[in-house]
Amino acid sequence: MLDIRGLAASIVGKPILKGIDLTVPEGEVHAIMGPNGSGKSTLGYVLSGREDYEVTAGSVTFNGIDLLGMEPEQRAAAGVFLAFQAPIELPGVNNANFLRTALNALRRSRGQDELDAVQFLKLARAESKRLAMPEDMLKRNVNVGFSGGEKKRNEVLQMAILRPKLAILDETDSGLDIDALRIVADGVNALRGPDFSALVITHHQRLLDHLVPNRVHVLAHGRIVRSGGPELAKELEKSGYAGLIAEAA
Amino acid sequence: MPAVTETLDTVQSVTQSGYKWGFETAIEMDLAPKGLNEDIIRLISVRKQEPEWMLEWRLKAYAAWLKMEEPHWARVDHPPIDYQDLHYYAAPKKKPGPKSLDEVDPELLRTYEKLGIPLKERALLAGVDPDTVQQTQVAVDAVFDSVSVATTFRETLRKAGVIFCPISEAVREHPELVQQYLGSVVPVADNFFAALNSAVFTDGSFVFIPKGVRCPMELSTYFRINARSTGQFERTLIIAEAGSHVSYLEGCTAPQRDENQLHAAVVELVALDDAQIKYSTVQNWYPGDSEGKGGIYNFVTKRGACRGARSKISWTQVETGSAITWKYPSCILQGDDSVGEFYSVAVTNNYQQADTGTKMIHIGKGTRSTIISKGISAGHSNNTYRGLVRMLPGAAHARNFTQCDSLLIGDRCGAHTVPYIESRNLTAKVEHEATTSKIAEDQLFYCRQRGLSEEDAVGLIVNGFCKDVLKELPMEFAVEAQKLLAVSLEGSVG
Repeated sequence: MLDIRGLAASIVGKPILKGIDLTVPEGEVHAIMGPNGSGKSTLGYVLSGREDYEVTAGSVTFNGIDLLGMEPEQRAAAGVFLAFQAPIELPGVNNANFLRTALNALRRSRGQDELDAVQFLKLARAESKRLAMPEDMLKRNVNVGFSGGEKKRNEVLQMAILRPKLAILDETDSGLDIDALRIVADGVNALRGPDFSALVITHHQRLLDHLVPNRVHVLAHGRIVRSGGPELAKELEKSGYAGLIAEAA
Repeated sequence: MPAVTETLDTVQSVTQSGYKWGFETAIEMDLAPKGLNEDIIRLISVRKQEPEWMLEWRLKAYAAWLKMEEPHWARVDHPPIDYQDLHYYAAPKKKPGPKSLDEVDPELLRTYEKLGIPLKERALLAGVDPDTVQQTQVAVDAVFDSVSVATTFRETLRKAGVIFCPISEAVREHPELVQQYLGSVVPVADNFFAALNSAVFTDGSFVFIPKGVRCPMELSTYFRINARSTGQFERTLIIAEAGSHVSYLEGCTAPQRDENQLHAAVVELVALDDAQIKYSTVQNWYPGDSEGKGGIYNFVTKRGACRGARSKISWTQVETGSAITWKYPSCILQGDDSVGEFYSVAVTNNYQQADTGTKMIHIGKGTRSTIISKGISAGHSNNTYRGLVRMLPGAAHARNFTQCDSLLIGDRCGAHTVPYIESRNLTAKVEHEATTSKIAEDQLFYCRQRGLSEEDAVGLIVNGFCKDVLKELPMEFAVEAQKLLAVSLEGSVG
């Protein structure tokens, strides 16, 4: 279970998150919606340990452990995965090699045996196929020369292979066509189960048609201003955020 | 355990803590008194049982050196070197000339085993699928301080007509070849360090590939400095006759010490018509500690002459060690349509200094050269690429392509690119591209978010940056070089 209490964070002295309280029980998928600049991406970065952000108050525990005291790679080992809104390019670094290095680092820290190149390729090819991704994606350099959609799908492929316990998807659906959107949603749905939870940051109700969340939260000005069931997303699609924000202010 | 696995394990173990080749071998040494004069040169010549002409050659070089001054144009900085405070000859005490491996001092065999260098004649790549790797054997010449202690696979090579032996032996056994070629690419008075080397060189490898022969295996020399207060002055000469091919690798390490030690080598390559020489170096001399104390001064002259038409010389170097590196492996492209290549990765960390690059001298028609240089600086280090491309009037339609990329890690290091381009032929074409970049915070965070430690992330990004060069290395060295890069940059972030 992810438990966020009174979380406040700032970047270069500017407060972005101003007291977030949020609980995501194991096995649940929660959607985070809200206008641009409300702190959605910051929440993802703070949970995954990006150093530019300073946590000024509050606590975050994941399955009982204090997440905020850990290095990014330790959080990854604990099962936290962030699908980046703008995935980073690594020139000259082969995608398969990157993924195998990451997977083996995670397996090592969990006391599991490392996978050799053959075992890994078998796994990676199977996952690529399941996500309808071209196999050459594994051979290319990480995100270099990838189209916007390919980058997003590469994030989902990484998630499928690394099998996190908590996935944070930061606008993974932006810029995707309907088919790609379905693939992304299927990727998350395939991981759904009692040991998996997800925070899905999105602007669109569209994704939530395929990836039905247990709860929907609206973030505005660094606070959660409203929470509800899947129907809240539909309501927002019709009426927008303006009413909600005014109401909260 | 297969040798290659051993080597990799050795390298891998290093990722835990710094320089692991820093141990010292306790062995009884035959040391010349400190200092440099004609008597010392005569002593070296006697120890090596050299003919008179060799001694004269040395003395001529010494006379030239006395009139020369230590060069100071490179972007490196070091206290004055006292050339009279060094031992110019240091050899493990034993019977002269190891005839077989059984005669090699077991202490030395253990040393090389510890370094991951197999001196037993076995397949280096045992355990690797033979279908995918054709050359499964590597012949090794091991040079310990001033002498070659063992050369493997000599019989196999002799059958193919290839001569691979210590140069001190070649002076005695193949004087006609040595006299014809030694000093023909790097003349005795070429520069201060080359002249010094010519006067006092002690050992190194000699390779002769006869006409039309493709060398049946990779040849390699492993240099080890062990004795205290010594300089290592190795000399390597490789001759590839018309239509022959050879791939040669060298590796080097030294004990970890507070003092600086001098290594001034000369390497000469000669390629005749249609011959090809591929020369790869993984240089890992002790770089000094994180405060900049100790380490090897690596002042090296390496030059290849493409004498024949369509000949090709390719230098690939991975330079991670040494306190100071001063080295410009060059090609003299004399034969028409000859090809010169230089692929380099130079890494500096802590207080290391590197001033390295190449010279491509285009003399013949249609000659081509490629320079790919990747410089990586971290800590307080300074890394300079210095390269000369010269098109002489006869170099009609010659071409050069140069790409220099620098990667900075942290904000206290420096990267410098100093290209010299001289073209005296209007049909010649010279292209130069250069970039400087920093490892971005978001690249590191991306890798760490996926579970990689910060150091593994840097290693991965750096290896990606160097890929164009690393792919030029023979396979088993490429793997070693990759790990070495990660080790060299240990502690460079955070």
